[in-house]
Amino acid sequence: MYPANRRTFLSRSARIAIGIGLVDRGSLSTAEAYEAEETIAWKNAKIVTANSPTIEAGSLVIRGASIVDVGPVDKVVVPPNARVVDAAGKWIMPGLVCTHSHVGGVGAADGSGPIQPGVRILDSINVREPGFRRALAGGLTTLNIMPGSGHLISGQTVYCKLRYAGKGPSTIEEILIRDNDGKPIGGLKMANGTNSQGESPFPGTRGKSAFLVREQYIKAREYNAKVTAAKDTTDKMPPRDLHLETLVEAMQGKRIVHHHTHRHDDIVTVIRLAQEFGLRVVLHHVSEGWKVAKEIADSKFPCSIIVLDSPGGKLEAKDMTFKNGRVLDEAGVRVGFHTDDWITDSRLFARSAALAVRAGMNRDKALQGLTLAGAEMLGLEDRIGSLAPGKDADFALLSGDPLSVYTRVLETWVEGKKAFDLANPNDQLYAEGGAGAGSELNPFLCCFAQPWQLGETN
Amino acid sequence: MYRTLVLSCAALSMAILSASQSRGDDVVVVLAKMIITVSGKPIENGAILCKAGKIVSVGESSSFTIPAGAIIKEASVVIPGLIDVRTCVGLSGIFNVEHDSDQLESSSPLQPELRAKDAYNPGEELVAYIRSFGVTTIHTGHAPGELISGQTIVTKTVGNSVEESLIVDGRAICATLGESSQKSGKQSPGTRAKQMAMLRALMFEAIEYRTKTTKKTKETSDKESEDKESEDKEPADDAIARNLRLETLVEVLDGKKALLITADRAQDIATALRFASEFGISIWLDSAAEANQMIPQIKEAKATVLLHPSMARSSGERESLSFQTASMLQKNGIPFAIQGGFEAYVPKARVVLFEAAIAAAHGLTRDEAIESITLSPAKILGIADRVGSIEIGKDADLALYDGDPLEYTTRCIGVVVNGKVYDGEASD
Repeated sequence: MYPANRRTFLSRSARIAIGIGLVDRGSLSTAEAYEAEETIAWKNAKIVTANSPTIEAGSLVIRGASIVDVGPVDKVVVPPNARVVDAAGKWIMPGLVCTHSHVGGVGAADGSGPIQPGVRILDSINVREPGFRRALAGGLTTLNIMPGSGHLISGQTVYCKLRYAGKGPSTIEEILIRDNDGKPIGGLKMANGTNSQGESPFPGTRGKSAFLVREQYIKAREYNAKVTAAKDTTDKMPPRDLHLETLVEAMQGKRIVHHHTHRHDDIVTVIRLAQEFGLRVVLHHVSEGWKVAKEIADSKFPCSIIVLDSPGGKLEAKDMTFKNGRVLDEAGVRVGFHTDDWITDSRLFARSAALAVRAGMNRDKALQGLTLAGAEMLGLEDRIGSLAPGKDADFALLSGDPLSVYTRVLETWVEGKKAFDLANPNDQLYAEGGAGAGSELNPFLCCFAQPWQLGETN
Repeated sequence: MYRTLVLSCAALSMAILSASQSRGDDVVVVLAKMIITVSGKPIENGAILCKAGKIVSVGESSSFTIPAGAIIKEASVVIPGLIDVRTCVGLSGIFNVEHDSDQLESSSPLQPELRAKDAYNPGEELVAYIRSFGVTTIHTGHAPGELISGQTIVTKTVGNSVEESLIVDGRAICATLGESSQKSGKQSPGTRAKQMAMLRALMFEAIEYRTKTTKKTKETSDKESEDKESEDKEPADDAIARNLRLETLVEVLDGKKALLITADRAQDIATALRFASEFGISIWLDSAAEANQMIPQIKEAKATVLLHPSMARSSGERESLSFQTASMLQKNGIPFAIQGGFEAYVPKARVVLFEAAIAAAHGLTRDEAIESITLSPAKILGIADRVGSIEIGKDADLALYDGDPLEYTTRCIGVVVNGKVYDGEASD
């Protein structure tokens, strides 16, 4: 689904991610959480693996933080030391992956300008914000936490694992997903259309928006040429520029660009600029994607779409429709979903896929859209997103079909630890709501005229 | 029960998706594997006959003679047309720009005289959008956000003019307590206490106005019939000047209009109940996110709750809302209905069908959830003689589905309003 030259990077980074996961666990202060390499087997469950056909009566075996085996009950050998759980009547699916979330009371770039790639969202996340627990109640295990869409480039995103088993994390460091060098993995948030337009120094038109972005990437290209020419010779190195070096990472495919875009012409503009600078882009929201499905398919860029109960709220989302997922999928576009939490509630993430199925999207593709497709869009598909031996033991145990309104997430497991249990009253609070389950503050989504405040007087 | 229905619906839906061009005076027959009447027992393999916009017959299809020339619609499940007990759709438009946003006038905090019928746009796209999921009646009007923002209407989701579709004019006036109707700087109200001081002062003004006008009317009333509209009266030379603002509040005091009070925090709910008790009026608690912490008080006060959408965001004054609040209200016998509500951003119009479905997954039974968006809102709004259930003599307002109406993947395949057939949700 990505151009071949990018696949190479993908696989390598994902291999690194797997290795690092193990290193990570050893180095974390929550080491005690991982010391017992218990083997657990769930038997007789209906299992959505996301990368192979759904298993009617299956077994899932995990040891420590990883999956050991998954398959039909009669094919999977359960180790004698395993703790066996009968999951008859229940469903198991990979932990849900949200490619676009604003939980954690976050904010990155401020109102000083439209292009701030050096700003990191990881410096703003409150891990005690209830949104994380609510996400677990929805079966989510991995989030791409993003700054808002009020800038052309609003900063660096960060990929997090919801390692909330037990008392939960004390710092953001405990939930980061890291690369081989221990560096947190994340993407770059960009936007076009009306959200990122505004009073100067923000652009006032689409043409100016594209110009400012091109100008900046050309600067970054020149900066990188100087860095390369200096060949690590300190006196020839240009002064370090945190903004430009982030853009260089994006042009080298090391940092995936997560691009907010709604209107059909804006979508095509993203593709045009991405191709000019060799960016590896995930198209986000894509309200009018169904109008340019072929163009998107030709670009091979995947779409992470939002599903809302009605169109509108702003001009560029007036033609949003439940059929978007079906049309894009049938055109050959890789389709994932996202919550945009708090725009939609993480606890109801599976509902987005169900509404796409309501409008005719293939069921298996819709389920992948909650899991494997999202993992691919973060470049983490070798580690998460499907149930297969060697992958992280991230999964949700459900009372029934994930696409039914009546189904409840019973348990959510992250790296072999139960991080959510509906039977636990503390966790149930986050699943149902009530005092303490919500947040008094809305996320900080600088800098466009925040439409949800239009109805308020102050 | 529904499972088998779903299996058989694929073939049926082909027939139902044909173009709908029927007129309100057509004869329409709806055949369904299951009719959920809400007021009575469900009917398996049932039929509903609609003539001249009314339901004239309901029963088992086997004992049913289909009149010649009737328009026939088939569905897996049929329920009464849905009623949104509190929305701003038609005043608050899809584009969310100044041009189509008439739900809130911020020039003054107290404007009960603003009529919804002067602001409602029956041609708003979102009206047709929510209708396509089965919503046939809405209680719509001014939004939360000012201490008193204006009035509401009850209307069907069809028609080219508000007059054509209106059921009740000026059904309620809308008040908002808490932060969202507070002003900053030197403007009032800036605090909760000031909000109530302003509201109480206005109510006492209205009481005095009523006393004066009643006295004056009594002096000159012998020649005038009692039920004549006040607009028709010829003012006497010494008549008290009409005050539209106070006149509206007098109607609230007299129980002719409801007072809808948006209050999410428990303390604001308590204040709303205190206010109702002081002036001897019954109120509709609107949104009421923290009703889940105020069940005994609401029950004791015999208040009615127009509950926030199940999927409203758990932030700001609604941070403590719960998916289970509907179930708590149901179990405690508190009259309530689930609303689509007002959204300042997205989704610009919420669909009550979806909101009730979430409540059904969190404690309400399927039947209770359907009742909370059909007969319960009809009773609250005082229109249960016309809509809210499938009964002979009631308006022919029906919602047709290809399976369990509350299930995520079920589709609305047709809607009947006043005996006329409209399309269900988009299928292309």
